[in-house]
Amino acid sequence: MFIKFLQLEWKAFTRSSSMGQEIAVKILLGFLGFYMLASCLVLGFALFHILSEYVADKSPVNAVNGALVVWVVMELFMRFFLQTLPTLNIRPLMVQPVKRNTVIHYVLIKSIFSFYNLLGLLVFVPFALTCVKNGLFTPFQAAAWLVIIFGLLMSVNFSNFLIKKKFADNIQQFIPYLLVAVILAGLEYFGIFSITRYTGRGIDRVTDYPVLALLPVLLAVALYVWNYITLKEKFYLDASLQSKVTEAKALNLGWLDRFGPLAPFIKLDIKLLWRNKRPKSTLYLAVMMLAYGLIFYTNEAYDGMPAWKIFLGIFMTGIFMINFGQFIPAWDSTYYPLMMAQNIPLKEYLRSKAALMYLSVLVLFLGTLPYAYFGIEIVFAHLAAAVYNAGINIPVMLYTGSFNKKRIDLEKSVFLNYQGTGAAQWLVAIPVMLVPILIWYLVYKITNPATANLVLGGIGITGILLNSTLMDFITRAYQERKYEAINGFKQQEA
Amino acid sequence: MIEAINLSKKYGGTTVLNIPNLIIPKGESFGLVGNNGAGKTTFFSLLLDLIQPTTGQIINQGIQVHASEDWKPFTSAFIDESFLIGYLTPEEYFYFIGDLRGQNKADVDALLDKHREFFNDEILNGKKYLRDLSKGNQKKVGIIATLIGNPEVIILDEPFANLDPTTQIRLKRIIKELADNPDVTILVSSHDLLHTVEVSNRIVALHKGEIVKDIATSEETLKELEAFFAV
Repeated sequence: MFIKFLQLEWKAFTRSSSMGQEIAVKILLGFLGFYMLASCLVLGFALFHILSEYVADKSPVNAVNGALVVWVVMELFMRFFLQTLPTLNIRPLMVQPVKRNTVIHYVLIKSIFSFYNLLGLLVFVPFALTCVKNGLFTPFQAAAWLVIIFGLLMSVNFSNFLIKKKFADNIQQFIPYLLVAVILAGLEYFGIFSITRYTGRGIDRVTDYPVLALLPVLLAVALYVWNYITLKEKFYLDASLQSKVTEAKALNLGWLDRFGPLAPFIKLDIKLLWRNKRPKSTLYLAVMMLAYGLIFYTNEAYDGMPAWKIFLGIFMTGIFMINFGQFIPAWDSTYYPLMMAQNIPLKEYLRSKAALMYLSVLVLFLGTLPYAYFGIEIVFAHLAAAVYNAGINIPVMLYTGSFNKKRIDLEKSVFLNYQGTGAAQWLVAIPVMLVPILIWYLVYKITNPATANLVLGGIGITGILLNSTLMDFITRAYQERKYEAINGFKQQEA
Repeated sequence: MIEAINLSKKYGGTTVLNIPNLIIPKGESFGLVGNNGAGKTTFFSLLLDLIQPTTGQIINQGIQVHASEDWKPFTSAFIDESFLIGYLTPEEYFYFIGDLRGQNKADVDALLDKHREFFNDEILNGKKYLRDLSKGNQKKVGIIATLIGNPEVIILDEPFANLDPTTQIRLKRIIKELADNPDVTILVSSHDLLHTVEVSNRIVALHKGEIVKDIATSEETLKELEAFFAV
């Protein structure tokens, strides 16, 4: 049965109208993945020596054990944003003689073979081996220790599964957990209560009592069962497949009428964002990411690297633009034929999308103003970045959107629908962020930060002034690929 | 007037539509019948510039649909549920279409009021999103929305499918009323020969992409069509 499921997925992939695009994305991700694997392996072999050199008061093993909990949290955080979980379109299978258990086990077991599970192993297996070589571990202890690592990695894997399933739709529910993590980190930082000491000591004991190594494994098994139970509940048409019948709430959007001919579209987009879970998450994510700057601006290590301010400016003011913009016009894919046949000039349609993104950049820029507390120059850097976003990046996002032909189903949810919540989602962000940072950095190296801000902002303003020409160019791109898009959007997601 | 010249559509090596010449005069009530795969939806999609013709062109009131967007203001269509926006309530959807077609809220309300009977109290003020309506009720919304803004060309693909018998009768009445207006050209496709014969004054039968019958509706039309399709 598992083989049959794999065949189905393979067909879904090769027969999708966006296959070319997906292959390109996969190749690019493959390179990044290879780089990460190589880095992890190097780190794994070097870790012992690094630790014996820099951490004098502890043995490398104790040092690693102490930091393990931090590793786990970081990995969980990273996976939440990057790992795409296996999905399966179960609607056609529901009335077929396929056991529910088989489908659920398939989805869960497939996640074990994820690339992300390799990363940790590549660091810790070489580390354990070097420890044996240097006499810190007996081979048996090393094996027991690796069992712990494996158990923890699996626990991370299945926790992520659980978190994504529970929170991918309502990301705002994740905030309390984030707060706990932040508080624990704070207590650790100020030396009030060190959780790493306790977890570290706990893991240290394994050398004496190898049986303890089974605890993380049990944890992983427990998480697997928890996942299994929650997934089983979702395996009904009315639970996860069909969106619940919600009472329609009227939105008073009359104030948007001042946008004239663009008003109907902007109102429509606001309803789109507000009434559908997935686009709604992009809103929450944008607000949550306003706090991202705290990580950098509170850390003195970044003081000597002013280019970070541009990165943060682009990222924080542009996150909605990135997450919403890259799926234009796929958000409208379920009714794209209507948009193409109705009395809608394509240019107006695109201008309204741009207007929404301008609005988001403005609002998010205002949201970053409190960072002035860390220095007024931050505000200038953010302003330059925001103007660049508005002038250059918004047209770029719109243009790349013309290549979209993958349907986004707002209404029917695939069993565990994580479309657009994986590493691929951030790929497009790389050029969007890298180019302005490079420009700024080059000018900054030659002159000073103020000039660099002016140059970056100037480029943005040029973009804004050329807006009309750019929009004409983008409209032609959409016109050319209109038929491909209509055809692609017709294909139901598998 | 709608004119198809040398129109053909091929997918791979298969020709799914081939119409050397077809003229639909203004004010006609045009019925398109045929089996599955006869090319009915393909023809309508070409007319709406949703797919590209392999050869030839369609001219809608003097505008080549593939070259200009100027046919959009006077043309409206309901092909399938991809013409509905699931996360809107029926009213919001009507007002949205109204906005696009330059109609204010009062104009739209007047039209909805006229068709109150057609909705059968199940659609308006229901506090439901379109995605939560039944297929039949969704269809009713889509059909009435094509009437907003007094379009001169109305295209309905399989409007009778999924509708209950009462609504089918009401829909026929609406279509006939539109057909009486000499400025409105209405194009309806259906598998159902009887319905089409009742509402159209000209019927074209497609078979594997070719026009095989082109007849003005009369007493004998139904028999003639039934004889043709009874294989």
